[in-house]
Amino acid sequence: MVGGRARGTVMRSFRPINFLGMIDKRTGMVGDKSHDLHGRRLAGSILVFPNGSGSSVGAYTIHSLHSQGVAPAAMICERADLTVATGCAVAGIPMAVATKSEMEVLHEGARALVDTDTGILEVES
Amino acid sequence: MQLTPDEEAALSGRHGDIMQMAYRILAATGEATGAEKLVPVEWVHLSGVNYNTIGDAGEEFLRSIRDRARVRVRTTLNPMGFDIDSVGSYDIGEEFVRKQRSIQESYAMMGVETSFSCVPYDIFPMPRPGSQVAFAESNAAIHANSLDGLHTNKESAFSALASALTGKSPYGPLRQDMPPDTAVEMAVPDPTELEWGMLGYFAGRVCEGHAGICGAERPDSRDCKAICGGMGTSGTCGRFSFGGDPSGREKVEFGPAEAAGIRDELNTAENGDVIILGSPQLSFGEISNLVAMLGGRRFAKRCMVFCPRVVKARAAAVGYLDVLERANCTLLADCCACLTPLVSAETTDSVTTNSIKGAYYLGHSNGVGVCLKSLNRIIREETI
Repeated sequence: MVGGRARGTVMRSFRPINFLGMIDKRTGMVGDKSHDLHGRRLAGSILVFPNGSGSSVGAYTIHSLHSQGVAPAAMICERADLTVATGCAVAGIPMAVATKSEMEVLHEGARALVDTDTGILEVES
Repeated sequence: MQLTPDEEAALSGRHGDIMQMAYRILAATGEATGAEKLVPVEWVHLSGVNYNTIGDAGEEFLRSIRDRARVRVRTTLNPMGFDIDSVGSYDIGEEFVRKQRSIQESYAMMGVETSFSCVPYDIFPMPRPGSQVAFAESNAAIHANSLDGLHTNKESAFSALASALTGKSPYGPLRQDMPPDTAVEMAVPDPTELEWGMLGYFAGRVCEGHAGICGAERPDSRDCKAICGGMGTSGTCGRFSFGGDPSGREKVEFGPAEAAGIRDELNTAENGDVIILGSPQLSFGEISNLVAMLGGRRFAKRCMVFCPRVVKARAAAVGYLDVLERANCTLLADCCACLTPLVSAETTDSVTTNSIKGAYYLGHSNGVGVCLKSLNRIIREETI
């Protein structure tokens, strides 16, 4: 969806992310106490989550994370949504939708190489 | 997505870096919606205005493009952070005002109508049914698709900006007549706007694109706005409809247990220090209705009422502004309850509101406690 190449550690969430409501745009910290990533910092991760949700302005939050140097290195979703796709497009963050079997190997803490231009996904277990 | 030779040229940078950025955004939007082509849109409504939400990075981004970017279709704008008439009475800092002014100026330079409203459907004449538009504000996009006969993707701030700069948008499923994917049954007896907002919030989580609501007739416009606000907050769902045959679709019930679950999640205070009305902003009809419901009583605590500037002006012209001020209400134009710096954890412990959207953002982003009550109940319990 947004081309590019990134390497990093998988941060795995099983809940949608409302970038405007849940993420501090200056630090990349997940502030929502009810979210499974609460207290984590997104910086440099391969962020793997179901989909973005909520406000259309979340796209600016993703741009802001990138400007502040605290954005994920890549984002991988189960389902595409416009907020995540266009936020990543403006920020130049590689972003892709993964198949169910790919999602299964992207477990928390795994080292992954993502190349969204060629569709290559390498996971070290 | 198939692009014309001219669109391909723009994507490759031959029409300058602004157009290249816009087409990159449209290409990502096309991928995300599975669209096969771009179609012209006749009206764009932008989000990404409040300095509290877009921050320094957003302000700098808009400043960096404003000398070269021009909108190609009629473009209106979401609320900003404050009402300029009364900004001096709030402690929100000179830097905030300066940055907010810069954002306003950037949009004006690009040719955007600075309407500062999240309810374009309440204040502008609607295009003929079937028209293609691009609305970023989530409640407005859902309203357009569900109640106004218009078609829009559930745009992001950037996809709508790209549509404003190009006059085009990907022809995603919401632009076509996408059937409901899930049926949601309203099973709460005698729902108020609060329960309708909760149903919207619930449906936004369980439906992917189009929620078919059954078990109730279409409610009044206040309740419908509450569905739009709630649905836009929780998910990616961009449309709802009433009636229709729910057989053959997955059906989920929204009953008292589901409503209680949402109340547990969003109701975080027993009482509010301030009453907040207007997320989405109130229409002139809703303001008139508030005056009638008050019937000469006044709120025992301060009530902040958010509405578009044209609604505030009309309320002033017919004398409602004075009536409401005597009833302990402050009318605020150009801004909205969610994410306004006028309500912050430094000055306010908790608020009372009838809005699910307001409750979510006031709780999560403004960091204040929220007490949820229907408007009827607020007036019954909080006036003297």
